[in-house]
Amino acid sequence: MDNFEPLIAVFSCHYCSYAAADLAGSLRIQYPPNIRIIKVPCTGRVSVNHILMAIESGSDGVYVAGCLKGTCHFIRGNYKAEKRVQYVRDLLSEINIEPERVQMYFMSAAEGNKFAEVAREMTEAVKKMGPSPLNKSSS
Amino acid sequence: MLIAERKPMEEILEMIEDFERILVLGCKGCVTVCCAGGPREVKTLSTLIRMDRKQKGRKVITLEDSTELQCEPESIKPVLEKMANQYDVVLSMACGAGVQAVAKLFPDQLVLPSLNTNFTGIAEEHGVWTEACLACGDCILGRTAGICPVTRCAKSLLNGPCGGASEGKCEVSKDQPCAWQEIYHALKRLNMLHYLKQKPQVKDWPVHPGRVVREDLREVEAT
Repeated sequence: MDNFEPLIAVFSCHYCSYAAADLAGSLRIQYPPNIRIIKVPCTGRVSVNHILMAIESGSDGVYVAGCLKGTCHFIRGNYKAEKRVQYVRDLLSEINIEPERVQMYFMSAAEGNKFAEVAREMTEAVKKMGPSPLNKSSS
Repeated sequence: MLIAERKPMEEILEMIEDFERILVLGCKGCVTVCCAGGPREVKTLSTLIRMDRKQKGRKVITLEDSTELQCEPESIKPVLEKMANQYDVVLSMACGAGVQAVAKLFPDQLVLPSLNTNFTGIAEEHGVWTEACLACGDCILGRTAGICPVTRCAKSLLNGPCGGASEGKCEVSKDQPCAWQEIYHALKRLNMLHYLKQKPQVKDWPVHPGRVVREDLREVEAT
């Protein structure tokens, strides 16, 4: 368990957090290699089933990284994503999976630092929780 | 349309406990519109079932499909026959009528409901639905400015309000408007207040279970 390296799926908005990830790279900011970025045109495109599929396919954690509130390119996409994330968390609780494995973050395209910080925060949190219950039984 | 909600996962999982091959059967009618049992929700429920079984280290095979209208036999038949013998149980994501239609059409097949059917209603906004029709079988909306007192009055009064309303709200809940006050204002707005002076209503309440027969539509035996 000490060597546990979680796999974390990130649904990243083209207009903000994806650009922030790019900036983090340009600034040579280190962040854990545990995250796998899935670029989406807007976090409003991320559906409940997308997040569930990520978990079923073996992710130990998932987070959706959208624009700062009030700055969504499509006006309300990040607000919708936030509600869907909460819905997925409730679904996971119903089948006894820690809801904390799914999170929503907001950041701007200029926040390369924040992108790295969030990646570290989420990786640490998931490491503490251990492997997803779905991955435990298969191993 | 019919408004339904998914049952708690605990209840669904308990119902399917003994089965390994499950056909999760959605409906593309009302329950798709109210986001309770359409193809998208079928996918969500199937995923949750697989995830639950994986945690428990138990096998499960989920088949996913949706009928156009699960209350119509001709829409159910091709879907179920296409996958005959591939499942042990049908977990229906349709309304109560859909579940019963499948059970009636395939009497040897166990069908389980995964939704609770709440009411016939209208969408106030996306994600909010209110009850609108009790299917009483004798519609009086023509006299009540399109506001149904049978459904929206807590006492289903037919000839005006009771004495319990206060400041336009029903005595059963401060959140519920008095249907008859709404009817009065709507008729006033439409210049139709004289409708209230019509003879008192006597209603032909239906006997349950209801049955409607249209001879012109029934199959004819060729002789």
